Amino acid sequence: MQSLKHLFYKELTLELRRRSVISGLLLYLFSTAFICYLTFSLRQNQITPLVWSALFWITILFTVINTVAKSFIGEKKGRDIYYYSIASPEAIILSKIVYNFLLTMILSFTGFMLFVLFLKNPIADLGLFCIVLTLGAMGFSASLTVLSGIAAKANNSHILMAVLSFPIVISVLLITVKVTKNCIDGLDRSVSTNDLLTLLAINCLVTAASYLLFPYIWRS
Amino acid sequence: MKTWLKVLTAILLLYTIIAGFLFDVPRLNIVNETIRALYFHVPMWFGMVVLFLISTIHSVQYLRNPSFERDTYAVEFANTGLLLGLLGIFTGMIWANYTWGSPWHGDPKQNGAAISLLVYLAYFVLRGSVENEDQRARLSAVYNIFAFAAMIPLIFVIPRMTSSMHPGSGGNPGFNMYDLDSKMRMVFYPAVAGWILLGVWIATLRIRVRLINEKLLNQENE
Repeated sequence: MQSLKHLFYKELTLELRRRSVISGLLLYLFSTAFICYLTFSLRQNQITPLVWSALFWITILFTVINTVAKSFIGEKKGRDIYYYSIASPEAIILSKIVYNFLLTMILSFTGFMLFVLFLKNPIADLGLFCIVLTLGAMGFSASLTVLSGIAAKANNSHILMAVLSFPIVISVLLITVKVTKNCIDGLDRSVSTNDLLTLLAINCLVTAASYLLFPYIWRS
Repeated sequence: MKTWLKVLTAILLLYTIIAGFLFDVPRLNIVNETIRALYFHVPMWFGMVVLFLISTIHSVQYLRNPSFERDTYAVEFANTGLLLGLLGIFTGMIWANYTWGSPWHGDPKQNGAAISLLVYLAYFVLRGSVENEDQRARLSAVYNIFAFAAMIPLIFVIPRMTSSMHPGSGGNPGFNMYDLDSKMRMVFYPAVAGWILLGVWIATLRIRVRLINEKLLNQENE
C-alpha cells in the first residue's frame, strides 16, 4: 500500500517535471476538437446529437489510447529492472492504473468542455453524463494500461497498441455511447442504471484481470 | 485423439449432413427452409467458444508452468477456433441474406462476433511481432486470457441488452419456440457435438505437425 502511494507520487512528479508530454496531449485533444469544428464550420446545424456523440467518443478514444500508451512504451530501457527490484508488480500496475485514470478523467472532461465550446452542448442530463465519463475513464485506463505493458515488449509497439486495444475497449465504448444517447435525450435515469452497472462490472473484471496477469508480463 | 472419437465424429457429421438436409423442418414464414442453418451455423459458434475456452485454459497452464507444448496447444486451438468463427460469420451472412435481406445488417450479435474475431486476429499479430520465443509465448498467453475475459461480455451480455433481430435474443424466439415437437433437437445436439469434435480433431492434427517440426528442427541443430 505504501509503495503504491510512492509510485503514484512518482508518476505525478515525473509528469509535472516534463510538462511537454501532458501539454502535447492537451494540444492533441484541442486540435482534434478544432478539426471537428472546422469541418462542420458553417453547417453547425448538421451536427445532430448522434454525430456529436460519435465525434466526441472517437476524439476521446484516440487521445486516451495515446495517453495510456506512453505509460510503459515511453519508459527508458533498463528503468523497469530498477522498478522490479524495489516494488512488487501488483503495486506498479495499480499505481499506473490509478494514475492513468486520473489523467484520462482530466482529458475527458477537458475534451467535453472543448466540445461544448466549439460545437454545442446537446447533453440534457449533465450529472449522468459525468458519471458516464468517469466510468468510461475507469474502463479505458484499466484495460489499456496492461495492454501498453504488453505492447511495450514487442516491436512496432505503437501500431500494436492500437490493434490490441480496439477490440478490448470496444465493449466499454459501446455502452458509453449508448448511455450518452440517453443523456442527450434526457431520459429518466432508471433507464440507464442497467447499462451503468454492466459498465461497472466490465471495469471490475478488466481491473481484476490486469492485476492478476501483469506479474507475468513484468517478469520477462 | 482416440480412434473411436474420430469414428464418432465422422458418424455424427454424416448424420448431421444427411438428416440436416433431408429431415422435416417446421414451415415458417420468411425463415422457410433456411431454418436448416441451425444445424450448421449455430454449432460453429458453439465450437468456436469451446475451442477458445480450451486455448485459454492452456494459456493459463502455460503461465503457471511454461513449456513449448502448452504454447503450441494454445495457439493451435485459437487458430482452429478462428476458422470456425469465420465459417460461423459466413454461414450467418448467407442466412441473413435470405431472411433479413442483406448479408450484413449491423445486428448487435453480428457486430459482437466480428469484434471477437478481431481480438484473435490481434492475438496473431502480437505473436508475429515479438521475436523472443519465451517472451512471445508469455505475452500472447496473457493477451489470450485478457481477450477471453473481454470477449465474454461482448458475445453473451451486450447483445442480450440491446434489441436484436437475431433469433433467441431481444424478445425474438429462439428455436425452442419454432420447434414444438423437439424434432430439430434430434439433429441439433448431434450436430453441435460433431462440429466441436471436428474442431478438436483439426487442432490436434495441427499440434502434432508443429511438435514434429520442432523435434526435427532440434535434431538438425544437434
